[in-house]
Amino acid sequence: MQPVTVVTGTAYPWGAKNVDTDVIIPAHWLKTISRTGLGRGAFETVRAQPDNIFDDPRYAGSPVLIAGDNFGCGSSREHAAWALADMGVRAVIAPSFSDIFSGNAFKNGIVPVVLPQDAVDRLVEVAKDQPVTVDLETMTVTTPFQDRFPFDLDPFRRQCLMEGLDEIGLTLARDTAISKFEGAMAEHRPWIEERRGYEGVAVEGAGRT
Amino acid sequence: MSSRPQTLYEKIWDAHVVERRDDGTCLIYIDRHLVHEVTSPQAFEGLRVAGRRVRRPELTLAVPDHNLPTTPRVDAAGRLLPIADKESAAQLDALRRNTAEFGVDYIDATAVEQGIVHVVGPELGFTLPGTTLVCGDSHTSAHGALGALAFGIGTSEVEHVLATQTLLLSPSKTMEIRVDGTLGFGVSAKDVILAIIGKIGAAGGTGYVVEYTGEVIRNLSVEGRLTIANMSIEGGARAGLVAPDETTFAYIKGRPMAPSGADWDRAVAWWRTLPSDPCAVYDRTVTLHASDIAPSLTWGTSPEDVVPITGSVPDPDSFADPAKRAAARKSLDYMGLTPGTRMQDVDIGHVFIGSCTNSRIEDLRAAASVADGRRVADGVRAMVVPGSGLVKRQAEAEGLDRIFTTAGFEWREPGCSMCLAMNPDKVPPGERCASTSNRNFVGRQGPGARTHLLSPAMAAAAAVTGRLADVRDLMGAKS
Repeated sequence: MQPVTVVTGTAYPWGAKNVDTDVIIPAHWLKTISRTGLGRGAFETVRAQPDNIFDDPRYAGSPVLIAGDNFGCGSSREHAAWALADMGVRAVIAPSFSDIFSGNAFKNGIVPVVLPQDAVDRLVEVAKDQPVTVDLETMTVTTPFQDRFPFDLDPFRRQCLMEGLDEIGLTLARDTAISKFEGAMAEHRPWIEERRGYEGVAVEGAGRT
Repeated sequence: MSSRPQTLYEKIWDAHVVERRDDGTCLIYIDRHLVHEVTSPQAFEGLRVAGRRVRRPELTLAVPDHNLPTTPRVDAAGRLLPIADKESAAQLDALRRNTAEFGVDYIDATAVEQGIVHVVGPELGFTLPGTTLVCGDSHTSAHGALGALAFGIGTSEVEHVLATQTLLLSPSKTMEIRVDGTLGFGVSAKDVILAIIGKIGAAGGTGYVVEYTGEVIRNLSVEGRLTIANMSIEGGARAGLVAPDETTFAYIKGRPMAPSGADWDRAVAWWRTLPSDPCAVYDRTVTLHASDIAPSLTWGTSPEDVVPITGSVPDPDSFADPAKRAAARKSLDYMGLTPGTRMQDVDIGHVFIGSCTNSRIEDLRAAASVADGRRVADGVRAMVVPGSGLVKRQAEAEGLDRIFTTAGFEWREPGCSMCLAMNPDKVPPGERCASTSNRNFVGRQGPGARTHLLSPAMAAAAAVTGRLADVRDLMGAKS
């Protein structure tokens, strides 16, 4: 993952509420077995409308998206984050995010910035013709008009973003602790590890639904 | 033992902490991992590229569900028929190859146990109380019905679990949703969860793990609890729990992958310690009374847009929040509905009975009891998609398939089907569907499709009347 410290540029001044993952990337795009190229399907149903914000040349290629409450609700599809990343979005600003989308965004170098509704309303106005800056060093969103909105991020997630860390590599380094936990589990909850495998179930497990 | 009273969620969490970091984030052990074809190919590819293995392949179970056509899929020799959609076929192939390469248990599309991952897990005894269970699918919350801390994850997290059998998580806030009283005539688990989402809103549970409590929940079967926990995510909550009890244990006992013998006794003894302590404190409590819950359905394009079947399409101007007013106007435009129209006057062209929310045997029985002796209305296409091969076989043993087909319903092979329209089952643009699934989002059941979420019995009532109907009128009495 590429490190992210500052995201600055034009922003889609959208503000829509409850933007679900089917809107971000419809299900028929999920048949890919790759992480790339999903930008073409991003916001397909919105872009089917005339005069939509995503095809407005003023905002083409914006690195920031400003949305309303509950952004990314719905499915767990990481394709939503891949699609945003593929269309060049590096930060989304909204009053709230779905928990799963927010986690997926972090893992793909997209900063989910939570700001109060009035700050989001102000940014939607400003972003119509001015750039917006999201700074992870100072943890602020700023505009050319002296607006300065501080935001919070989980410290570990912030560090992963700023240093482009590989979370799996970090956890694999905790192997001794994981093995120790598994040892205790084998003793206290042996049935977890001793589940019967799938083979033979068809014969044995008939009929109960 | 901690002396502070704990919730069910806190007990499961504490039993799975591998390491606790200073900021409160914990490395949490994952006991059970379900995998399907859509959200796993990039995870296996990530492992391959990094030269990593699956740490505990025996704790993972894979089954294809999203892409499979629901038309007959095997030839006379039991071999899978070719799948016309090349991308779907490639994704299904990838699951088969990846699970073989990494040594993960895999249920093939040709097996009787194949089904929707959230139907298969509980049905085979893979899902157990007190476990942490994840899947690259947001409706993983369903498994919480058995007292498992179960939640959907993205593909990067799927890869993380495959490689490490853990996830790095921050504790959630806790919300108790208590449903008191006794459900009225014709009111089902689906109506309960729709009423809950209507009350708390689509983002009401964001940041929370919900625990469903109260007399209504205690009196529900495991199937009914699965319907409720399944749609926790539509209320914004990543996970929804029901405390394990005798109903839970009776459901699990003897299932193929459940513990047996001495392990069973030890497991049950531990499961009995899990329910929330009497004085445990939740961050938020929401209370509903069963007498306020009628057969319900959605009118808009968010699952929070809920109205009783006796109600009417709302006027957007009736909402105080300007953003909600704007959203409602857009929703009604998309849905082709006029404010003030009685819901029961809305004609439908399609009916879908299925999905991980409502495709279990009890759901099919409820729908069949309404369909029995009636005919699907002219011009309506109605399909029934059992949640798994085992559900299908059970339904056929009970003669439900004949009730449906005699009434003019299509009886299909198991899978996710028209819930999300990844396979060929789609609602055509501009057409209206009464659906037992979980999402009424724009385009969810196909581009331009208009979805009304409701219970299996209500869906059957819609099929036989050709409109959104009050199932109580067809059940012989009106409460």
